[in-house]
Amino acid sequence: MTVDLLLLALADGVSYAGLLFLVALGLTLIFGVMGIVNVAHGAFFAFGGYTASTFVVAVAQPDTSAFVLLLALVAAAVVVGLLLGTALEAGLLRRVQDKDPILQLLVTFAAFMIFEDLQRFIWGASPRSAAAVVDSLGTIELFDVTYTRYQILLVPTVAIVAYFGLRTFLRRARIGKQIVAVTHSREVATALGINARRIGWLTFVIGAMLGALGGALAAPTTSLVPGIGTEMIVLSFSVVATAGLGQITGALIAALIIGIARSIAVYTMPELEVVVPYLIMVGVLLVRPNGLFTVAQARRI
Amino acid sequence: MSEHLVRVLVAAGAVAFVGLGLALPWIKTPAIFVLSYGLAALGVVVMLRGGQISFGHAMFACIAGYTVAFLQRAYPHLDGVVLVAAGVLAASVAGAIIGVFVVRYRAIFFGMLNLALSMVLFSLLSKLYEISGGTDGLRIDRPTLGGISFDRDGYESALLIASVVVAIVLGWLVQRYFRSAAGEALAGIKTNEARLEYLGLSARRILWSGYVISAALVGLSGALFALVQGLVTPEMGYWLRSGEFVFIAILGGSVHALGAFMGAILFTIIKLGAAAWLTGFWQLLLGTTLIIVILAAPTGIAGLLRLGARRAEGDGR
Repeated sequence: MTVDLLLLALADGVSYAGLLFLVALGLTLIFGVMGIVNVAHGAFFAFGGYTASTFVVAVAQPDTSAFVLLLALVAAAVVVGLLLGTALEAGLLRRVQDKDPILQLLVTFAAFMIFEDLQRFIWGASPRSAAAVVDSLGTIELFDVTYTRYQILLVPTVAIVAYFGLRTFLRRARIGKQIVAVTHSREVATALGINARRIGWLTFVIGAMLGALGGALAAPTTSLVPGIGTEMIVLSFSVVATAGLGQITGALIAALIIGIARSIAVYTMPELEVVVPYLIMVGVLLVRPNGLFTVAQARRI
Repeated sequence: MSEHLVRVLVAAGAVAFVGLGLALPWIKTPAIFVLSYGLAALGVVVMLRGGQISFGHAMFACIAGYTVAFLQRAYPHLDGVVLVAAGVLAASVAGAIIGVFVVRYRAIFFGMLNLALSMVLFSLLSKLYEISGGTDGLRIDRPTLGGISFDRDGYESALLIASVVVAIVLGWLVQRYFRSAAGEALAGIKTNEARLEYLGLSARRILWSGYVISAALVGLSGALFALVQGLVTPEMGYWLRSGEFVFIAILGGSVHALGAFMGAILFTIIKLGAAAWLTGFWQLLLGTTLIIVILAAPTGIAGLLRLGARRAEGDGR
């Protein structure tokens, strides 16, 4: 592997890690408050991507500014997160809150199946994309290698902003602190006068928006096909599991590890591309069954 | 469910399957598919008893199916019975190895690790074209069954009768397993794992043996499926197939082994209906039904029947 290729792989990997992190962040946030891993999260990603491609195609003219196009991506994420997130949380998950955790998991799985068919119904099976955004931002040269500004600058920046933004929000803002309280103990939080139901909805929508934002940011550089949501839910779960459920900083590191390893595999052993993230997850879980960054927890007997 | 009701249902089912199959030849293939799906769902039910759910169990059907295909390519004159046995063996060995790793995890970790492993298998089978035939899959010629070579019609009849017998025997065995010490301990993992460990039992070992049993059942289902379809494709191990198995298991309920087969019958009826009237909305229909079942009848058909039987007993007294 030459240095040029390694640099390219690194740039690709960091960019991909950014997307992965956004999706995983949403997943881990929802897990924290709801106590379930939302399998339908992959659908948020797919809907975010498809909606973004529709929005971008709708506004894109040869002279549309990059700002407007990026706004279209963000708008797609907000709309999808708000609509699908609310539909799933208020329409379904709230009804099964007190049931067996397995059944709750299955409900999100069933919702995922439904969403995936809806997505195929709305956007069809032919590949979609939003390449206009990448062109509008132009390219940049680093160490004699040409990168697109979109991949090397924009995606990682959004991921970093989301990371610090969410951390500050959870630590400083009133609602953020309430979310943390509900994560620790729903009962105690309710007793203290926090509206746990409203916090649950809010967290779910924020998580859904993050998942959709990952999809929207992926739309300009990937061709969206049916099944992309499945790939993403498994991948982002492997990030979350590698980091430890509920670990935000851990998810950032795990996303970088998996993103970069995956893109190195793309350049050197393309057949193994799909397998690498799982190998990393399996390797980590063999040594640390609860993920890299989880602290020990008491068992209830 | 009372013993009596189970006997009546099993006898009626067996007569209906064989009778309908012999009277209306087009029913044979769907009937074998029902039994094959039922066996796979039975495997998933074993895991459900332990409170675990796997989104990747179809990989064992896939492993067994490809074992059948590879073996037949290497030794074209092998008997169908040998092929199925080899497929089940391969799935059980794979289950024993994978099991050592996955039984350390519970709940979502268990489900997603299985999903991840099945995705790896699926993508490898799709990509390694030279070995696996890629997405086109591998063809399987009609083998002899028990040393007798059949024409197409006779082959399907023989497979149908064999599947009915195998389904009844295995359903009974699995029900026996549920009632055995190991099976009750498996249910204990769902109730309270820590207490189980305090009794001196190793939860991992119990779950592992359950996992191997369920892998063998799903493997048998895959080997039968491969024989009746005459073709194996990577789709056999796709997550949607695993999801269908889980769906059937939930639909049928985990209170009795019979539930898996009743779930499979209903599943096939829904599937045929969807193919006729709602093409392209298969997942939507599956998902919606699953949600309705979870909300309205979380114990499945078998649970409803048990409830009905108890009420009837109550009225009789």
